[in-house]
Amino acid sequence: MAEGELLIKNGVVYDPINGVNGEKKDICIRDGKVVEEVKNPKVIDAGGRVVMPGGVDIHSHIAGGKVNSGRLFRPEDGRRGLEAKTKVCRMQSGYSVPNTFATGYRYAKMGYTFVMEAAMPPLAARHTHEEIVDIPILDNAALPLIDNNWMTLDYVKSGDIDLLTAYIAWIIKATKGYGVKIVNPGGTEAWAWGKNCDLNDTVPYFDVTPAEIVKSLGEANEKFEMPHSIHVHTNMLGHPGNFGVTMATYDLVKGIKPSKDRQVLHATHTQFHSYGGTNWGDFESKADAIADYVNKNEHVTIDIGSIILGDTTTMTADGPMEYSLYQITGRKWTNHDVELETGSGITPFLYSGKSPVNTIQWAIGQELALLVKDPWKVALTTDHPNAGPFIGYPILISMLMSKKRREESAADMHSAIYDRAALPSIDREYDLYEIAIITRGMTAKALGLHEHGKGHLGVGADGDVAIYDMSPEERDAGKIQKAFLNTKYTIKGGEIVVKDGEVVATPAGKTYFVTPECDDTLTEEMLKKLKDKFEHYYSVTFNNYPVQDAYVPNPYEIKAPMRG
Amino acid sequence: MEITDVVCALCGCVCDDLVVEVEDNEVKKVKKGACSVGKSKLMGHGRIKSPAIRENGSLKECSYDDAIKKAAGILAAARRPLLYGWSSTVCEADKVGIELAEEIGAVIDNTASVCHGPSVLAIQDVGLPSCTLGEVKNRADLVIYWGANPTDAHANHMKRYSYISKGYWTAEGKKDKKLIVVDVRETKTAKVADVFIRIEQGKDFLVFSALRALLLGYEDVVPEEVGGVSKKDLLEAVRLMKEAKFGITFFGMGVTQSTGRHNNIVNAIQMTRAAHTHTKFSIMPMRGHYNVNGFNQVCTWETGYPFSVDLSRGYAWYNPGETSSTDLLVRRECDAALFIATDPGAHFPGESIRHLAKIPVIQIDPFANPTTEFADVVIPAAISGIESEGNVYRMDNIPIRLRKVVDTEYLPDEEILEKILEEVRAIREKEGE
Repeated sequence: MAEGELLIKNGVVYDPINGVNGEKKDICIRDGKVVEEVKNPKVIDAGGRVVMPGGVDIHSHIAGGKVNSGRLFRPEDGRRGLEAKTKVCRMQSGYSVPNTFATGYRYAKMGYTFVMEAAMPPLAARHTHEEIVDIPILDNAALPLIDNNWMTLDYVKSGDIDLLTAYIAWIIKATKGYGVKIVNPGGTEAWAWGKNCDLNDTVPYFDVTPAEIVKSLGEANEKFEMPHSIHVHTNMLGHPGNFGVTMATYDLVKGIKPSKDRQVLHATHTQFHSYGGTNWGDFESKADAIADYVNKNEHVTIDIGSIILGDTTTMTADGPMEYSLYQITGRKWTNHDVELETGSGITPFLYSGKSPVNTIQWAIGQELALLVKDPWKVALTTDHPNAGPFIGYPILISMLMSKKRREESAADMHSAIYDRAALPSIDREYDLYEIAIITRGMTAKALGLHEHGKGHLGVGADGDVAIYDMSPEERDAGKIQKAFLNTKYTIKGGEIVVKDGEVVATPAGKTYFVTPECDDTLTEEMLKKLKDKFEHYYSVTFNNYPVQDAYVPNPYEIKAPMRG
Repeated sequence: MEITDVVCALCGCVCDDLVVEVEDNEVKKVKKGACSVGKSKLMGHGRIKSPAIRENGSLKECSYDDAIKKAAGILAAARRPLLYGWSSTVCEADKVGIELAEEIGAVIDNTASVCHGPSVLAIQDVGLPSCTLGEVKNRADLVIYWGANPTDAHANHMKRYSYISKGYWTAEGKKDKKLIVVDVRETKTAKVADVFIRIEQGKDFLVFSALRALLLGYEDVVPEEVGGVSKKDLLEAVRLMKEAKFGITFFGMGVTQSTGRHNNIVNAIQMTRAAHTHTKFSIMPMRGHYNVNGFNQVCTWETGYPFSVDLSRGYAWYNPGETSSTDLLVRRECDAALFIATDPGAHFPGESIRHLAKIPVIQIDPFANPTTEFADVVIPAAISGIESEGNVYRMDNIPIRLRKVVDTEYLPDEEILEKILEEVRAIREKEGE
């Protein structure tokens, strides 16, 4: 947070949370926060350029064990992003798996000031936090994986939702995490034996189904006033015909009442879950069906996980999925199963516009954004780096804003796009207000961060501002892409961190974590079972497990009381 | 005073359930959890008493400030400095080391360079299907040690994590499991194995290939004897692998540093992938020092590469063989070296040591060792895990925080490095760089 005053004048402001749609408006910042007025400020003349709150990424893999294993086994990716240190910046490397420094700089240059690390294995949470500390500029948080944990599976089986509630409270606190992440529920535990689970299969040895896991965690999460809903990577990711499983999963939590004014389930990288067909030969887009479901229901939000063509590094806690992908490509494959909790797999992948399947995948992500009518239900992501690196966001923004650009791109790709995808027939073009929604307003709200100063520019908000070097009238897709890649200015907590596309300051970001406040009696009861797990099955001790305060040097705590 | 959950800072096992008795700021007894080597480290032995600078051939004691100034002067003046070691200290120190390397355009490298570096190269070729040690404890019914002798080198490994440990699906401990040991000699570990496969020196690659072929169903191409092992014994090993519900291969320096080097590991991983077509199978390197993995982790997220990183260009340049320590020294490229928590004097080839004798050498270490004999600046450090805390990565990538159990006057590695970095920056600023 910068001391002193800053005035951004002559900007055309898009601040959807406050209903500001392209108004010429001054932004005043004092001591890092947006205020009504300033007296003796440093002045930035935005000169009629587009001004938005700092971007908020709802789902990205930027730090932790599997990201680092991705970097380690892909020196060839490292070479794609080498940049020497400067007076301000540390060295940079990597494209799909950038080093921590490049991650902070590149996001900031795109006008982002908050990123959610989307998958933190609890046992390795210290690793995630160690890397986060090394990511400059960005405020951040991380979602611990809670769905394949033996504690969760045991309580789902016995139906003890209250004790499950006590467990999720404990594990979120122990990992300095932000909420409940679900990745291929049950399937990752099954993968420890080389198997996988569909939504209603029984998890080997545990006698529960993925459907029961999702429903129970959905209920448990809403026992607290959690800022975020459960965050779900549904079963059968990447399988042709999986759209039915996807919607069936959404239906599981339809009746649950959220504890706050938000969704009950955030479905992530939905592109990978919107597939029709029965095999790779008759593979087709079912984005229309998923979008239709989202349009008709209020309890679900999605992020798109849209494809960026080219080579990337796929990585997920969905171990069996990565194994399937490696079997298709025959490329290198890393797997890392984590005792009692989760797993992960990593393999490089090339999305080619010459491949019919990749072409349809490419269409699906954009179709989801264009077919969901209410932009407050949809977020822009690439599931970085799974569908492509975050550095591709400006490409996606230009696609969503320009039908012409989509048509030009489609003409260069496999003709399957005209037969088995809907994209060429969609006329809708996003405007800047809608872009601001899917990149900051919606994401901040879905994460509950708007109550903590993120994603908007109302009085009291964080002084996080992006000034894009374009006029609101700009329609040229190439110029839009360029403007969203490198800001004229990015301001973080009132401090100019990017100017004319160059990083000029690198303050440390804050780590947001949630403290669910659980009833002591329930916690005591739960701990008996948990301590037994440590005594007999974990390979570290109970006392050495929780993330120590030293790992979170810039904490921002959000308390989540039990629902009254 | 009894302190529980103490973390052992010795080998890659990073046992974290030690119970230690401390009186008068001294470890009096290790009551539980440590192997004999870990215990010996905790009980303490000969320390470097004071910072010292070599003058006219012998080390003269001096203040921390003087030693740090001298070290910074050497590093700031060097054109091709090498910063090496980093495996027996904490990640917090490794981070400062990388920043120092970046500041002076040094090559930074850790002991993996002469240990499991070939494993890293193999992983960069084919990946690594692996798991945490708790997975092995709870699920593995087949354990293979190949070119590794945990009974001597990782004394708690079998008891805590693999063959002898008891877990959820392995409640009966070793009764529920089979142990295969592959080695060139009958080690102590081999003596307790269900199956000992003795192979000829340097024939690991061939034996991995034969097992791969058998696992993939190409029995016809495998001759009657491979690398000193009969086809019958190979078929028996493959039967055990296929019948296992969860198999794991742990491999050591017997594979990484013998004929074939990283090619052996590529083949070992390919064998694991072949076994995975039948059942769940994983593989894991037996990392030596308690935080050798940690340096590789930190170096990867900060520079993009795990070891042997040349920062002379301002960005990271990684090319082991060109940028690895012994190669640089043998080519007599380095004009200064800093060694931290390591002993190249004992571990590096003679030719590189001959070069080290000619250039200024800085040593940071709690303990004297052969490197001290030719170091020009010696800076004693607190012992991580006993006198200072910090993060380390176990051989299976699990991060664990070392505890501090006694106080010390000695500075932790991290602080020494920060002071050197600060001093180097001051010198460079004065020189207008």
